[in-house]
Amino acid sequence: MFDIARYDEARSVEEAVALLAANPKARLIAGGTDVLIHIREGKQPEAELVGIRHIPELARIEREADGTLSIGAAATFSRIVADPLISRHVPVLADAVETVGGPQIRRVATIGGNVCNGATSADSASTLFALDAVLQIQGPGGVRLTPIRDFYAGPGRVHLGQAEVLTAIRLAPESYEGYGGHYIKYAMRKAMDIATLGCSVNCKVTGGDRLADVRLAFGVAAPTPVRCLQAEEAVKGKVFSPDVVEAFGHAAAAEINPRTSWRASREFRLHLAKELSKEALVKAYAKAGGIIHGA
Amino acid sequence: MAHKHIQCTVNGQKLSLEVAVGESLLDMLRNRLHLTGTKKGCGVGECGACTVLLDGEAIDSCLFLAVWADGKDIRTIEGESKEGKLSKVQEAFVEEGAVQCGFCTPGFVMSVTALVEKGCQCEREGLKKELSGHMCRCTGYHNIVNAAEKAIGEP
Repeated sequence: MFDIARYDEARSVEEAVALLAANPKARLIAGGTDVLIHIREGKQPEAELVGIRHIPELARIEREADGTLSIGAAATFSRIVADPLISRHVPVLADAVETVGGPQIRRVATIGGNVCNGATSADSASTLFALDAVLQIQGPGGVRLTPIRDFYAGPGRVHLGQAEVLTAIRLAPESYEGYGGHYIKYAMRKAMDIATLGCSVNCKVTGGDRLADVRLAFGVAAPTPVRCLQAEEAVKGKVFSPDVVEAFGHAAAAEINPRTSWRASREFRLHLAKELSKEALVKAYAKAGGIIHGA
Repeated sequence: MAHKHIQCTVNGQKLSLEVAVGESLLDMLRNRLHLTGTKKGCGVGECGACTVLLDGEAIDSCLFLAVWADGKDIRTIEGESKEGKLSKVQEAFVEEGAVQCGFCTPGFVMSVTALVEKGCQCEREGLKKELSGHMCRCTGYHNIVNAAEKAIGEP
């Protein structure tokens, strides 16, 4: 039995916001695969919960007239993996979320929950950073938009007000159209594991072999998911070559500050950052249509 | 603890129940309905022993609140054999010797049943991925994957 004192099921986002605003102790629960574990561990005694799993608009994945992809925060990972819009426009996101937990978890766990947990290891987060995702948040004062890069406050902490609900994750067309992306999760096992390091690269190629744009993000390289702007700048505009790939890996490792945990040492994570960023860049480049000379 | 009224179908039978808001679907099945075929293993969604079908999809019932089962169709291992006759998936597990201590078996059977019913055409590697949310501490994976292969290969 979970220590839950009260549970209210919201039928709309407005109702969820009102329920949260009326009760300062109330917390959101969507898929519940993390929240219920927290409660089981005694971290949230006599929990009072507002459920948002049955609000239809929160599960919607759609492409708006201007090309913006809007992914409902309560869309489950398996729904995202199976979605034709995601597979067509941002297959890297499907690849990333397919590495979460195991199949049973992915049918219940939601992308919004993954982000709002504030975990640096969240498999969706680094790819959403590399996609320049914007979060749509609804609260008592209305709707606000915030870049995902400004959302994380620290380990397990995000800038989400007590009565606010993350409703959708938005990807603008200029952040994904013409890009190729690649995510690598380094973990001890191929399933049912948490990332030792997660690395996501999104890149755009012009003229067949020039890196017009590169975006690199890591999970577990810092207390929150992070972008590596200096590594990106080091290769942007350059013609793709083994030297450029090498420089990218060096710059990435120089820019992050991972810690030692029981999962891996700081040194090992730095090594991983260098190697995974190189591999992810090569694969993202190929997916973006880049030509490998001499291949 | 607060309670809520739910209506759901379990193994084809329509039920109307009062459940505690902190009750997991697993506890509802085991303690309230005495359907103890679904096993309580890790309790944190890692072992898959508690796998049941929710509207045809395999999920971990340990991390799913009973209140969320309102209006849903739930299937457990108890509903799989009909009039004493094992299901095709259960037969495949027997024939392939995919059962040792049996604790993980109900969960595996439910996951494979969902794959069969969805018309899964997975190759062996794909099947391993589909079954990666289950643990078998007798290390019987080889025979379990054989059984899954047999079940999906025999429509």
